[in-house]
Amino acid sequence: MPERAYTAEEMMTVAAARALSRRAVCFVGIGLPSAAANLARLTHAPDLILIYESGAIGARPDVLPLSIGDGELAETASTVVSTPEVFSYYLQAGRIDVGFLGAAQIDRFGNINTTVIGDYQNPKVRLPGAGGASEIATSAHEVFVIVRHSKKTFVEKLDFITSVGSGKQAAGGARGVTRVITDLGILERDSDGKELILTRLHPGITPEQAREATGWSLKTVGQLKETPPPAADELATLRDLHQRTRQAHGA
Amino acid sequence: MTPDVIYDQLIGMGCARKLVFSWGGNPGVGSLHRFRDAVENGWPRRLEIEEHSHAAMASAYTAGAAGLPFAVYRGGLGSDLPKVNPMIRRIECPFTGEELAAVPAKRPDVTVIHAQKADRRGNVMMWGIIGVQKEAVLAATHSIVTVEEVVDELDAPPNAVILPHWVVSAVCEVPGGAHPSYAQGYSQRDNAFYRAWDSISRHREVFSDWMRRHILETDDFADYRARLRESPDA
Repeated sequence: MPERAYTAEEMMTVAAARALSRRAVCFVGIGLPSAAANLARLTHAPDLILIYESGAIGARPDVLPLSIGDGELAETASTVVSTPEVFSYYLQAGRIDVGFLGAAQIDRFGNINTTVIGDYQNPKVRLPGAGGASEIATSAHEVFVIVRHSKKTFVEKLDFITSVGSGKQAAGGARGVTRVITDLGILERDSDGKELILTRLHPGITPEQAREATGWSLKTVGQLKETPPPAADELATLRDLHQRTRQAHGA
Repeated sequence: MTPDVIYDQLIGMGCARKLVFSWGGNPGVGSLHRFRDAVENGWPRRLEIEEHSHAAMASAYTAGAAGLPFAVYRGGLGSDLPKVNPMIRRIECPFTGEELAAVPAKRPDVTVIHAQKADRRGNVMMWGIIGVQKEAVLAATHSIVTVEEVVDELDAPPNAVILPHWVVSAVCEVPGGAHPSYAQGYSQRDNAFYRAWDSISRHREVFSDWMRRHILETDDFADYRARLRESPDA
């Protein structure tokens, strides 16, 4: 296999950025979702509205925030509202097109665990918990998840359902998790709306690799498409963003 | 809502019996290791937890501030959170029949927040990412506000976020008092310290030693800040 000029994580971030349409209002989590959403804003979607759950509305950070509380978000936002206001007036009121989440575990229906690995009362690993994810999953019109593809993460049964991504509990026509972008490819909800199925593979990845990294028997569409590799400007913009971020956070 | 480094310190020193929260991590870095050690291993003591989501906590403080008995929000139902937290209940809207989640109002005995300015009467002004600070003060029986500076005049525009002096119990001038967090316009979030906290807090011995040298053996906050400047990572 020829050596590629980009990493699997860069491919994943670029694929996630491309999934955001040009004028979406996007509720963004820290980490990979924030990197992807800002990459979209700095490339094909300059009018993308980014909302962070700390209350920064229309944030345009020059460096990626380490935390949703970073001053960079407030300084570059159209407005900063209180936490009750961002959750009530913006998220639960149905003003968000896309919620962008990460996951520690995800199941075939798009339900997400970010609470515990193991038993809740005696956990093997205590994870941070829901944050705003459980209401993002049910209030945003649709939800994208960006997560590395492995059997540890893509599980048959969640240890804990933190966020209902199946669309079952969704308010006012919200659809739950419709797309999962990984370092191997992209999963989307199938036509009957129940299960996430593999629709795209990144260059050089085989269907077997994706199936082996999935804890349930992963369905694939008949004609699997290949994700176009990162373009030069996408890669350059992403690397500049990470470089600025590393300098800013003293890492 | 989001227990931070200070909570991790209190938990690790065995000062906390119970944690009410909706997200317990070190943002962008990883775990709050003392919180994890308490929940996973009961060290140094067992920690009771009451766990919510952000919308629930934000609404619960709002209800507390409003003097209402409970808060209503969307989301939460269908997740496993109501199974482990009996304080999350189902409620039916009496007008539309819509099924919603409800939680009791939060009414802290004491709320401690940090803000930018107070005037000499104790009127407090804050801006930037204000979170639930206003609601948490108004919901509490007592409140302590540390500020960057006390000024003669706040020069506040009419819609500024102000806590009138008569809803605040005490104001203390503590410049940099939010460290490693920050006050917009006065300081930057000390992201390097949040990263350093990961290794300070990861092991019990390293953590305990750090606490002894930086907290137990320092005279006051200024002394703590001075010690920190000498040895931020150790």
